[in-house]
Amino acid sequence: MIPLSHYLILGAIMFCLSVIGIFLNRKNVVILLMAIELLLLAININFLAFSHYLQDTAGQVFVFFILTVAAAESAIGLAILIVLFRNRHTINVEDLDTLKG
Amino acid sequence: MNGTLNVTPAIPELFVFTMACLILVVDLYIRKEQRVISYGLTLLTLGVGALLSLSSFSAEPVFTFNNMFVDDALSDVVKIAICLITLVVFVYSRDYIEARGLYKGEYFVLGLFAVVGMMVMASANHFLVLYLGLELLSLSLYSMVAFQRDSALATEAAMKYFVLGALASGMMLYGMSILYGLTGSLDIPTVRQAVGGMSADDVVLIFGLVFVLVGLAFKLGVVPFHMWVPDVYHGAPTSTTLFIGTTPKIAGFAIVIRLLIGGLEDLHGTWRDMVIILAVLSIGTGNLIAIAQTNLKRMLAYSAISHMGFMLLGILAGTPTGYSAAFFYILVYAFMSLGAFGMILLLSREGFEADELDDLKGLNQRNSWYAALMLLLMISMAGIPPAVGFFAKLSVIQAIIDVNLVWLAVIAVLFAVVGAFYYLRVIKLMYFDPPDEGVQAIEAATDLKVVMGVNAWAVLLVLPWIGPIQQLCLTAVASVMNGFVS
Repeated sequence: MIPLSHYLILGAIMFCLSVIGIFLNRKNVVILLMAIELLLLAININFLAFSHYLQDTAGQVFVFFILTVAAAESAIGLAILIVLFRNRHTINVEDLDTLKG
Repeated sequence: MNGTLNVTPAIPELFVFTMACLILVVDLYIRKEQRVISYGLTLLTLGVGALLSLSSFSAEPVFTFNNMFVDDALSDVVKIAICLITLVVFVYSRDYIEARGLYKGEYFVLGLFAVVGMMVMASANHFLVLYLGLELLSLSLYSMVAFQRDSALATEAAMKYFVLGALASGMMLYGMSILYGLTGSLDIPTVRQAVGGMSADDVVLIFGLVFVLVGLAFKLGVVPFHMWVPDVYHGAPTSTTLFIGTTPKIAGFAIVIRLLIGGLEDLHGTWRDMVIILAVLSIGTGNLIAIAQTNLKRMLAYSAISHMGFMLLGILAGTPTGYSAAFFYILVYAFMSLGAFGMILLLSREGFEADELDDLKGLNQRNSWYAALMLLLMISMAGIPPAVGFFAKLSVIQAIIDVNLVWLAVIAVLFAVVGAFYYLRVIKLMYFDPPDEGVQAIEAATDLKVVMGVNAWAVLLVLPWIGPIQQLCLTAVASVMNGFVS
C-alpha cells in the first residue's frame, strides 16, 4: 500500500515544475501550454489520492470535470497561439513585449 | 438526497443559456444586414434574465441540485446587476464593434456564455460548481479578448490573459484539493463545519487557504497578482475591456464571499492579515503607477487595481457591515467603470481608438455635454462628494474603523488623495487644454447618447436611494451568513 503522502509529494513536485515552467520559460509559448496541462494533472493526482484515501467518489467526479475543462482550455490556448503566430510570425515568449505590464 | 429535481432556482441561468444557444443557431441563418436580430435577441435575453432573477428574489436561501446550487438574496442581487450591466455593455459596444468588423453573432454568444458563467459563480454552493462557472467565464473572456484577430496587441493580451488566468485557476484548484483532503467534502457548508472543528493553526489548512486566496487575488487582479490587468485592459478591443472591467468584478466579489466568508470564515483571523497586505499593496501601487500612465485604458486598469484594494478593505473587516460595504463598493465601481469605458467607446470611431489621455484634450470646447458626463464619472471614481463614489469609499473606511484598524484607514485615505490627482488630470485635460488640430466632430447613435447620459448622471441622482441600496446589500450578505448557520 503506497501511503497518501507519496501521492501528495508527487502532486506537489509536478505543481512546482509547472509553475517554474510558466515563469522561467523564455523561449516557446507551446511550452507554456504544456506547463498549464501539467499543472492541472498535478491537481488531478491530488484529488484522486484524497478521493481514494477518503473513500469518497466526489473527488473522482471533480477530476473528470477538470479533464474536460482542460481540453477546452487547451483548444482555446492553441487557437490564440495560431492567431498570435499569424500576427507576429513568432511564438517566442521574449518577443511578446509590446504591452509592458 | 431527495428524488425530485427542483430546477426553479436555476431558471435565470437556464434561460440565458438556452437563449445563447438559440442565438448561435439563429445567427447562422440570417444575412449580414440582419445582424440586428442577434443583437436585439441578446438584449432581450439579458433583460428577461434580470427580470427572472428579480422574480425569484427571496431572503431565504433555496438549495437545489443536491445542495450544489443555492438561490439566495446575494445571488439574486448579483445576477440582476450582472444582467443589467452587460445589457448596457452591449448597447455601448455596438457601434464600436461594427466599425472594426467584430459585429458577429459569436461575440454576443460568448458574452452570454460569460454571463451564464458569472451567474453560476454567484449561486455556487459547491467547489465544482464554482470552478465550472469560473472557467465558463474565463474561457469566454479569453476568446473575447482575442476576437479582434488582425490586431497584434489584442492577441498578445489574450495570450497573457490566458496563461495567467489558467495559472490562477490552477492555484485555486490546488487549494481546493487540499481543503477537500482535509475536510473530506467539496460542499461549501460541509467544509465550513469541518473547518470549524479544526485548529486555526493547522499548517495544512493554512497551506490550502493560501492557494485559494492567491487564486482569488489573481482573478480579482490585486497586487502582487495584477500583472495581467493593465496589459489586458490596454490590448483588448475597448468593447471587451468594458466587459472585463465591469461584471467579472461583481462575480469575483461573489466568489470571494462564497469561499472566504461562506466556507472559511472561521479562519478569518488567519486570512485577515494576508488580505490586509493585498489591500494595502493594491491601493498603493494602483494609485501610484496610474499617475505615470499616458494611455487612458491603462490608467483605468491601475485605477481598477486600487478599487479592488478598497473593496478588500470591507472584506477584511470581517463584520456584516464590512461585507455589505464591500458589496456596495463593487456595485458602485462596476457602474462607474461602465460609464468611463463607455465614454472611450463613445469618443472612438472607425480607425481611431480615443484611448490616449491626449485624445481628451479640449473635450469641453468640442462637446461640453460629454465633458460634463466624464467630469461626473471622474469625480465619482476619485471619491469626491457628493458623487456616489464618495459614499462607497466612506462606508468601507467606516467598516475598518469599526474594527479598530485606524492605521489602515489612514493609509487608504492618503492613497485615495494621491489617486485623485490622475482623475483630476483628466478633468484638467478636458477643460483647460486646447484641442489638437484637426480632430473630428464626435458622432454617436442616439440610444448610446441617452444611456451614457443616464449612466453618468446616475452617480448623482442615485443619492436619495443610497440608504435602501445599502440595506439591500446588507440583506444579501446576511442571507449568505444565515444560510450557513442553518
